[in-house]
Amino acid sequence: MAENTQKLLEVRELTMDFGGLRAVDSITLEVCAGEIVALIGPNGAGKTTFFNCVTGIYKPTRGEILVHPPEQKTHKINGFKPNRVTAMGLARTFQNIRLFQNMTVLENVMIGRHCRTTTNILGAILRGKNTNRQERETIERSYELLEKVGLVHFADEFAKNLPYGAQRRLEIARAMATDPFLLLLDEPAAGMNPQETKDLDELIVRIKDTENISILLIEHDMKLVMNISERIYVMEYGKKIAHGSPQEIRSNPKVIEAYLGEGGDDA
Amino acid sequence: MAMISYLKSCLIAAIWFVFLTFPLMVVKVNTLKNTVEWRWMNMLWVAIGAFILSAVWRWAMERRASGASQKEQDGSDTDKKPSLGQRLLDDPKLYRPVLGLVVALALLMPWVSEMYQVTIWVFALIYVVLGLGLNITVGLAGLLDLGYVAFFGVGAYTYAILNTRFGLDFWICLPIGGLTGALVGVLLGFPILRLRGDYLAIVTLGFGSIAKIVYENWEGVFNGARGIEKIARPGFFGMEMDISAATTFTYYLMLVMVVITIFVTNRLKDSRIGRAWMALREDEIACVAMGVDMARTKLGAYALGAFWAGLVGVIFASQTTYINPASFDFMLSAIVLSMVVLGGMGSIVGVVIAALVLNLLPEYLRAFEDYRMLVFGAVMVLMMLFRPQGLVSNIRKTYTHSKKVHAEEANG
Repeated sequence: MAENTQKLLEVRELTMDFGGLRAVDSITLEVCAGEIVALIGPNGAGKTTFFNCVTGIYKPTRGEILVHPPEQKTHKINGFKPNRVTAMGLARTFQNIRLFQNMTVLENVMIGRHCRTTTNILGAILRGKNTNRQERETIERSYELLEKVGLVHFADEFAKNLPYGAQRRLEIARAMATDPFLLLLDEPAAGMNPQETKDLDELIVRIKDTENISILLIEHDMKLVMNISERIYVMEYGKKIAHGSPQEIRSNPKVIEAYLGEGGDDA
Repeated sequence: MAMISYLKSCLIAAIWFVFLTFPLMVVKVNTLKNTVEWRWMNMLWVAIGAFILSAVWRWAMERRASGASQKEQDGSDTDKKPSLGQRLLDDPKLYRPVLGLVVALALLMPWVSEMYQVTIWVFALIYVVLGLGLNITVGLAGLLDLGYVAFFGVGAYTYAILNTRFGLDFWICLPIGGLTGALVGVLLGFPILRLRGDYLAIVTLGFGSIAKIVYENWEGVFNGARGIEKIARPGFFGMEMDISAATTFTYYLMLVMVVITIFVTNRLKDSRIGRAWMALREDEIACVAMGVDMARTKLGAYALGAFWAGLVGVIFASQTTYINPASFDFMLSAIVLSMVVLGGMGSIVGVVIAALVLNLLPEYLRAFEDYRMLVFGAVMVLMMLFRPQGLVSNIRKTYTHSKKVHAEEANG
């Protein structure tokens, strides 16, 4: 069980200012191996900004982001470019789907393999043995991932032609192609119908169990969050207001006031 | 009833055009004699012309609209049905003979036509390579570059200077020209890495103009507006060639260059690098978040595009034997860019066809020289309206996979 308590991501006192606006205020958060952790909060609470800081899209004003990749030494990734963060093993999806619209579904996943392959311009032109082997592996691996998320029959379709729910799953497959140990999902269930949400619920748990990938997710769908997450962090106005198991969060008066207050039946 | 309203709207368009062109076409003031001439016949011609054009226009628009609605009704099947051009590209039985014919014609061309024709074709092929080079930057990587001609100039001036001052041979200068182009591409690429879309276009436009101004005003190096003359034609193992033989030789050299460029672009398109370029074009943030190094990928696209421009710049200088800054103005960038857009972003065949058409048509339509730009503009407008994806739209490669067969069986 020692493995389960190993920390993967450790964020200390993370603060992000946009001019005079403090979007994220001293957030401390941890994700351990084999965990599904949820980050919830009302709209505008700073959840996505927090994600953007962790994944290198923003450079945080203060605080530390430490990554402990399994069997590797710890890295402080503040100010790393997004591609380096991804190469380190943190992959993400986006709240407003950001697929490569005019590329096929398979190619979208293949992009995820970019940072795990090394073919350069010359190699691509000459197509040597090494290039061919890497290309082969990229295709096989991408196909496998499409199978896992159930999109194989769409493989040669343009990403823009996919139904909404499938696009969300494709984003997850693409992120998984980067061989992450931690997957950051930004509202994966947004805009999905109940059946799609249920499928997504199963998919996320399956990814955690069979792929050995831990998950940090932002989500508004309370049923999904309460179902699958082991721990929940709650943010409001950039500050962390609560942290605990789903049961604790459900009964936390601060959370109910801030978030579930009017629509308590949501939980 | 529909017919009447149809004619009515055409009539209104005609009257409107008459009104618009009235001062220009009808009234002619003779300032010497202080008289006004009324050319009523012109008005009639404008009216008739506008009426017919408007009728044709409406007919075309209606056809397009009905085509679109039919597509919706029939479902997605008609959507997938490839056009004639696409079928031609997909089916080996169809494209092999066509390709063979094109190659045979291209190889025979210098032996059956005059030197003048061969020269025209050399320039057309230079444009083909330029188009394919810019296709990498704009079509694949989506970096709108309006100063592409700068790299062409870099190649040409590199050869001109190295040859006339230092006596370096064409064959040594050819790779040097390409590499200098690529190097300048990287140097210019660095400061604009963070820019996107229109901002990028404006800055590259600036670079293009700066390059020309430098050629014009740096007398010591580029010999200013007088240009550089007596640039050597390419030699071939010390063989002495007259102008006609040298032109034929350059023609074959350009053919080889075109083949190499097509080969390289084609290989890159479906590789790790090409996919990263396309992903960058589609969504920069997502692309970076998926682990693609933006700086490296962008600079690679810039350098490679500039490399081809530098390379054919050398050949251009050797073909004309005289270059001056006027050869490298913005118009060239604009034309090369139109070739990429007309041909279809990212599509190799499309760009080759568009490059040939845009270069050869004006040559063979010398009789209508005055209207050349007018026709050019009209073609652009019509293309963007009726076929915005270009002549040949870029169809993505489908990859085969060991499990695909099973998957298809299971699903089908």
